[in-house]
Amino acid sequence: MSEPSRLRLTGYAAAHLLLGVVALALAILTVVGGVLMVVWVGGLLLVVAVPATRLVADAHRRMAADVLGLDVPRPYRPVPRQPLAALVAVARDPMSWRDLGWLVWACTFGWVVALLCVLELLAVLTWPLWWVAVRPTMQLRSHVDLWFLASSRTEKLERRVQVLTETRAEAVDHAAGELRRLERDLHDGPQARLVALSMSLGLAEQALADPAGDPARARRLVTDARATTSAAIGELRAVVRGIHPPVLADRGLAGAVEALALDMAVPVHVEVDLPGRPPAPVESALYLGVAECLANVGKHAGAAAATIALHHVGGRLRVVVTDDGVGGADPDAGTGMLGIRRRLASFDGTMAVSSPPGGPTEIVLEVPCDLSWPRTTRSSAPG
Amino acid sequence: MRLVLAEDHALLRAGMTQLLESNGFTVLHAVADGDALAEVLRDPDADAAVVDVRLPPSQTDEGLRAAIAVRAQRPGFPVMVISQYVEHLYARELLASGEGGVGYLLKDRVSDVAEFVDGVRRVAAGGTVLDPEVVAAIMARRRERPLDRLTPREREVLALMAEGRSNAAIAGHLVVTEKAVAKHINGIFSKLDLPPADDDHRRVRAVLAWLHL
Repeated sequence: MSEPSRLRLTGYAAAHLLLGVVALALAILTVVGGVLMVVWVGGLLLVVAVPATRLVADAHRRMAADVLGLDVPRPYRPVPRQPLAALVAVARDPMSWRDLGWLVWACTFGWVVALLCVLELLAVLTWPLWWVAVRPTMQLRSHVDLWFLASSRTEKLERRVQVLTETRAEAVDHAAGELRRLERDLHDGPQARLVALSMSLGLAEQALADPAGDPARARRLVTDARATTSAAIGELRAVVRGIHPPVLADRGLAGAVEALALDMAVPVHVEVDLPGRPPAPVESALYLGVAECLANVGKHAGAAAATIALHHVGGRLRVVVTDDGVGGADPDAGTGMLGIRRRLASFDGTMAVSSPPGGPTEIVLEVPCDLSWPRTTRSSAPG
Repeated sequence: MRLVLAEDHALLRAGMTQLLESNGFTVLHAVADGDALAEVLRDPDADAAVVDVRLPPSQTDEGLRAAIAVRAQRPGFPVMVISQYVEHLYARELLASGEGGVGYLLKDRVSDVAEFVDGVRRVAAGGTVLDPEVVAAIMARRRERPLDRLTPREREVLALMAEGRSNAAIAGHLVVTEKAVAKHINGIFSKLDLPPADDDHRRVRAVLAWLHL
């Protein structure tokens, strides 16, 4: 990110001056509102003051982030719709209290700091001073702003712990569900077939042992046994594909996605730029994600063509699936899409869907990960 | 006919060897991993190979890679690839060189001994034998433009040709006369603009055209 120019910094200082006045008003409003809460009227003042404070704080957070070249997320906890619950949530959010402290800083010392920067530029004689001092001064001001406005290390860690707890619980649930499904598939499928098989063979044995037995019957039973074996093998194959598709084990994500594309009814162009292989669990999650996306393209999109692009940029593996279909895909509608999101969440991955009515649909799956085993870059023609 | 066999499970290797030898083949070498396979494929006495896709040491698609490699060195060297599962992608890679003499079947097709042995013979003679599952996957795609010219019946015949069936077998399967099958096949050849050549070679070309589109 390029450093902001001195003039831009001074512009920010000017904005700080104007907003400092607003901050003063908001500080007074908040304090008065807080005091008047005892007679409930204060609630009305706070309904105005809190969102306005957050708005002003957001503006400062963005300016400070730009000055320091940082990425500062909005730190507030979600506010419920119900007014009383909202008030309680706001009061319990430590960020609200820090905002109040920041208001005081922004309309007092902070305001003076900003004033210095602007005056240095306006009083022509002090230009050399301005040239030298404006950057460190504004950096100082931004550091203090963020000290108030960005979440602290503890809050960040608390949030992280919360996310990890949620995704871990989901991952454990999901794994348990998969095991149950697997047990059921094996029980109803191959296991039952093998029982039938041993029965056929037992009867055939009996027919052969009996001197008065019917050899044609024994032969029929053996033929049945062979058919049952084939069915059992077919079912086992389906179960194995569901656990971990063999082509993914053989070829990794790039090859497996190509294989998926090849089996689509519409032409799917695959573009791969991966210098290595991601960890196996990430490959598996992304593969299942792409499979789900392509299944949706086949079922709902009415598309004439689709594209899958795999790239690794800035420590993130990015898979983009686009189609020229009718659009209108709702990521919150089907269990399939929710499943992808949940799987990716276990790896801090995300899914973004853009699908306006009329199309085109673009689905971006992203997972932060490192690649291993350097391999040559591969690219393929339409499959 | 002298064969090379690669299969990592000792039981299956012994079973396959027995099955092939009792049907008139000679198994020159029966090996268990990819390195040994690459070694024995250099044997000039070998007429064809029967290869499992998944082999040690990597336990991925060693066998398939070895099959593709040997056909790069010995063009048209017949290889029957067997696997616990079939992938359209792998069928395409096996046939990418544009030569016949390729088989790709699910392992459990071995249970129909007569048909499997017949498949190996067809592959050794330069034909193509694809698993019905692969054929079904290709049929499911509806973008084969030049193949749109084929009638539904001709497409059925072509799919059965890809599975490596003879005219008589196709006729039996579709419950028509062998003469009708021959007529359909000629229709396919002319619609796919296949240059005149001997019949076996044109059959392979037709299947390749179908697979590559």
